[in-house]
Amino acid sequence: MRRFGHLLVPLLLCTLWLPAQAQAPPGGVTAKDTPSDDGSSITVAWEPAPGARGYRIERAAAEEAFETVGEAEADQRRFEDTGLPQDVPFRYRVVTLGAGGFEAASPPTAPVMAQPQWFNFDLFGVAFACVAFAGVVVWYIARARRGEKLFLRRIAGLDAVEEAVGRATEMGRAVLYIPGTGYISDIATVASMNILGEVAKKTAEYGTKINVPNRDPVVYTVAREVVKNAHIEAGRPEAHDPNSVHFVVEYALAYAAAVSGIMVREKPATNLFLGYFAAESLILAETGASTGAIQIAGTDQVTQLPFFVVACDYTLMGEELYAASAYLSRDPLMVGALKGQDIGKFLFLLLLVFGSIASLIFGIDAGWLLATTGY
Amino acid sequence: MKSKLPLALLILMGIFGITSRFIPHPGAEALNAYLRDTLLRIISAFALILGLGNLILRHWSKIKKKEENYGSSYVLLISLTVTAIIGLFGGTSGEGILPTRIGEFSFDVNTLYDKVMIPLGATMFSLLAFYMASAAYRSFRAKNTLAFLLLASAFIVMLGQVPLGQALWSELPSVSHWIMTVPNTAAKRGIDLGITLGVTATLLKILAGIERSWLGGGS
Repeated sequence: MRRFGHLLVPLLLCTLWLPAQAQAPPGGVTAKDTPSDDGSSITVAWEPAPGARGYRIERAAAEEAFETVGEAEADQRRFEDTGLPQDVPFRYRVVTLGAGGFEAASPPTAPVMAQPQWFNFDLFGVAFACVAFAGVVVWYIARARRGEKLFLRRIAGLDAVEEAVGRATEMGRAVLYIPGTGYISDIATVASMNILGEVAKKTAEYGTKINVPNRDPVVYTVAREVVKNAHIEAGRPEAHDPNSVHFVVEYALAYAAAVSGIMVREKPATNLFLGYFAAESLILAETGASTGAIQIAGTDQVTQLPFFVVACDYTLMGEELYAASAYLSRDPLMVGALKGQDIGKFLFLLLLVFGSIASLIFGIDAGWLLATTGY
Repeated sequence: MKSKLPLALLILMGIFGITSRFIPHPGAEALNAYLRDTLLRIISAFALILGLGNLILRHWSKIKKKEENYGSSYVLLISLTVTAIIGLFGGTSGEGILPTRIGEFSFDVNTLYDKVMIPLGATMFSLLAFYMASAAYRSFRAKNTLAFLLLASAFIVMLGQVPLGQALWSELPSVSHWIMTVPNTAAKRGIDLGITLGVTATLLKILAGIERSWLGGGS
């Protein structure tokens, strides 16, 4: 007994020392179906363990062994396990990775399943802003429907459309309408089709030729119907030339070449570039400028606006493209919607100004507001 | 009926398109992808037939009537036919039933794209450099205060991007960077805000059936 006595003391000391070195597992481990997702992930959260150098997250399907699904840094408190099948129960545990290779696993969580949701609450702010803005627009449409006169600010580029069509009529030349190089799914192209309807009505009334070369076949079919119906609306169906709207080519640069050729050969009196444009914008606008035509452009592509500004007589910037149809037709309901658009913009600007003041002077953090827009 | 059916379809698809942005459910995403990809592609295919028909008839009519520059219509129709034959029978990269080669030129779609389309596109694109020079000359004439401000800021930004600018004044790149990130970004964001609201208002007008010009106007 005496022989083992001198070994017993260090052994006892070791057992007292070891628990002090062992790592504690993380507390409060929870696993929940990730909210506002497509049902392919589960979020695991935990309380930090003292002295942890990192965490390992493990997952197990029913009756199966745990396997590693990811690792987290020491300061992380949650982990999103993605790419999971729906409606399959999984248990999770979080293992603390401590100094000297010591590890400690938490007790497994209750089984949890990934399920899809029907509303993305991360985008609540966007949904709210859309509904609020729609409310303002609808309210102004209702006011216009009641017959209220609404003031519209002057847009020089749109006032010039009438003058441009008149110029073409006087010169006996055509109006060249370029609906952009976008597809029908681009809202700028839809806006362009709306403006085309109004321009075609004017050309029909004045008996002026309109030429609409198209890049996209779907846009071509829509433009054809728009011009045809505009002539019928203007009471001049006999003036409609079925060849006035035509398909050219799908490749954008080839389209630019073809339209440049039309400009140089036929020398239209007026060129209207309205819709979606990319790099070909300057080729078209500069060729048009060299022929001496009056040019009105409009696009929502901010990067192309400078080219149009320098090469065209008038440029509709961004939102003015969307206002054009209402401005040209002066239809009371559309003017109401346009007025609502302006008021909506004013309200958003107010929000921006007050937000900036609140942040700069009072130090109010509006990060929570930004979080509701999905950022 | 002719205008009511497209309008009803548009309202239905439009409302679904908007709401699907807020629905993360995979079912909604799958339907959205089907409508956007598959259905739109089928419509595009039919529209392409209409477009090609229009192109051929238009140029055939020009040739028949011997209109001005009708020779170009011959070039177009012959090119269209040759391209269609190569595309249909030459395969993507020479695996079709057209074995003919003329030197490096094999009759397939890839060769047509690499050896014809890309050089022609590059030629058009390179014209941009000359157009930019002429546009810059016109816009950078200091005719009034605003034009002078544009000229001055463009000069600083351009000089700040090259080593010469830094050699002249070490702070010039910082000034150039400030112009691009503060006043330029502020103006760009202002335009972006207007565009976003304009897009939303246009969608609302179309969905409410107020905006019907795209249907050719009328009620």
